[in-house]
Amino acid sequence: MTRVKALAAPYLLWVVLFTVIPCSLVVYFAFTNENGGFTLANFRDVPFYAPVFLKSLYLSLIATVICFLIAYPMGLILMKADLNAQRTVIMLVMLPMWMNFLLRTYAWMTLLENEGLINHFLELFGIGPFRMINTQGAVVLGMVYNYLPFMILPIYSVMVKINPALIEAAQDLGAGSLKVVSKIIFPLSIPGVVSGIIMVFVPSISTFIISRMLGGGSNMLIGDLIEMQFIGSVYNPYVGSAISLILMAVVFVCMGIINRFGGEKEGTLL
Amino acid sequence: MKRGFLLMAAAGLLFAGCKSDKVVINVYNWGEYISDGTDGTLNVNKKFTEETGIKVNYTTFASNEEMYAKIKSNAADYDVIIPSDYMIGRMIEEGMLEKLNFENIPNASKIDSRFVKREYDPTGEYSVPYTWGTVGIIYNTKKVNEPVDSWNILWDEKYEDNILMFNNSRDAFAIACKKLGYSLNTTKKEELLAAAEELKKQKEVIQAYVMDEIFDKMQNGEAALAPYYAGDAITMIDGNPDLAFSVPKEGSNVFIDAMCIPKGSENKEAAEKYINFLCRTDIAKANIEFLGYSTPQTEVLEQLDEEIRNNPIIYPPQEVLDRCETMLSLPREAAQEMENLWIRVKL
Repeated sequence: MTRVKALAAPYLLWVVLFTVIPCSLVVYFAFTNENGGFTLANFRDVPFYAPVFLKSLYLSLIATVICFLIAYPMGLILMKADLNAQRTVIMLVMLPMWMNFLLRTYAWMTLLENEGLINHFLELFGIGPFRMINTQGAVVLGMVYNYLPFMILPIYSVMVKINPALIEAAQDLGAGSLKVVSKIIFPLSIPGVVSGIIMVFVPSISTFIISRMLGGGSNMLIGDLIEMQFIGSVYNPYVGSAISLILMAVVFVCMGIINRFGGEKEGTLL
Repeated sequence: MKRGFLLMAAAGLLFAGCKSDKVVINVYNWGEYISDGTDGTLNVNKKFTEETGIKVNYTTFASNEEMYAKIKSNAADYDVIIPSDYMIGRMIEEGMLEKLNFENIPNASKIDSRFVKREYDPTGEYSVPYTWGTVGIIYNTKKVNEPVDSWNILWDEKYEDNILMFNNSRDAFAIACKKLGYSLNTTKKEELLAAAEELKKQKEVIQAYVMDEIFDKMQNGEAALAPYYAGDAITMIDGNPDLAFSVPKEGSNVFIDAMCIPKGSENKEAAEKYINFLCRTDIAKANIEFLGYSTPQTEVLEQLDEEIRNNPIIYPPQEVLDRCETMLSLPREAAQEMENLWIRVKL
């Protein structure tokens, strides 16, 4: 027992240093004024930022849904593919993650710009130019592109563990392929789906660099708003922390809803 | 492989051990704002270490505000920082800067008197000018066939979706204020509101709010017009000869970036040595040739190539400078008001 505890010590230290202390600092600053006293004033302006919150929520939900729609069929295909093909595809999914996140987003700038590669290519066929960069669509694209692997990997890893005997049994009992997916595979893959959704939704809702680079600065998200409080013209870590705290609450509520949905499904299954 | 790594790590430790008695100064400057030895230019920091034995730990920031946030939150100790005018004013007000000992900085006397004891540092005790320059409009002559002499062109519907704008409240409001004929240091609420209205109107024709990206986007012909700094305009025109630069007739911002020592510096004397080194004519000349910005030193200016010295973009005639204002530190309420209005513009 003590040995297990000793082994957990590094992790415990890590969590305290890099999760508990920073989160406590955010809470502390959110309720503190410049002179160090308690205040609720930092939350006063928050209703004013509601449109930014809604836009972030809206765009990150769309990105999450798109990621799911791409990743789930891919999981189904991979599940049935042979091991070598699986390995190759997963490798290809992970490959972009070896490159720097900023670099990849910069590459999208070059692709989407009015004078960018895509428009130049389309010009050869006499189509376009299309306005792609600096739109909400470009921001969603950036989110989907950057976070798609985080949806594919958990779904894939849950799906390959599904016992093929269950699927065969269903087929023997006369279930069509649609029914097999909806009654057998989907319920069993819910844990992967839930963690995929969380891993795409959370970074999407808090991103700031994607919206700034691909959204042209006029598609402001919560992340941009928080950044402005720290390195904008007014240094205001108190309001910045208050907004961060609300963002954390929003994420927490969303995760609660998703987990509950996942948990119930699993419950009925058992 | 692993063994090699270990050896290297051991060598590193040894190296660090030897050097521990040496003085190290932490220098915090704008990105790409010093001659660093690329393409056979002078490596200023390396030369300083060679001459004095003082090691330079050099880091960079992307905006005055980023630098301020880092120092204000005590996240790091710096010995030399190079912020802009209004930020120096703010840091002096908040007691964040050390007074300089000019006995250690004799080369400071080479600075043109036009650039010292300005409003942001009226006694000239806290800062030594490094570079200066104007903000103007950089435009693509292939896309703009009319003379560019007014900020109004950044509001022109003809160039809809072809205009870039600064992505921070202070610089954006400065342009709107100048367009309306106000001071860019205005703290009057009604003037700020009017400027915000202008910026809201401008949003309809703006392609994107950007900062450093202006550089690439203008060079690639992605946009027709953008506000930017004269020093970078020169580099951009070198890369794309279709570009041109103009300081609007309504006036603009003339900025001065200056070297300061923040409170808490543990190597103040070494830091002053560094400032003095950067002011030495040969170093300052090599540095300014690399940067493309304007030098505040008379001797350096005289030694520059005629082509650069007579370039009206880098060294504009006095009548242009007379129209320009230097930014001052705004009172907190005005800055907050401006920031709130800016968020409203962008919502």
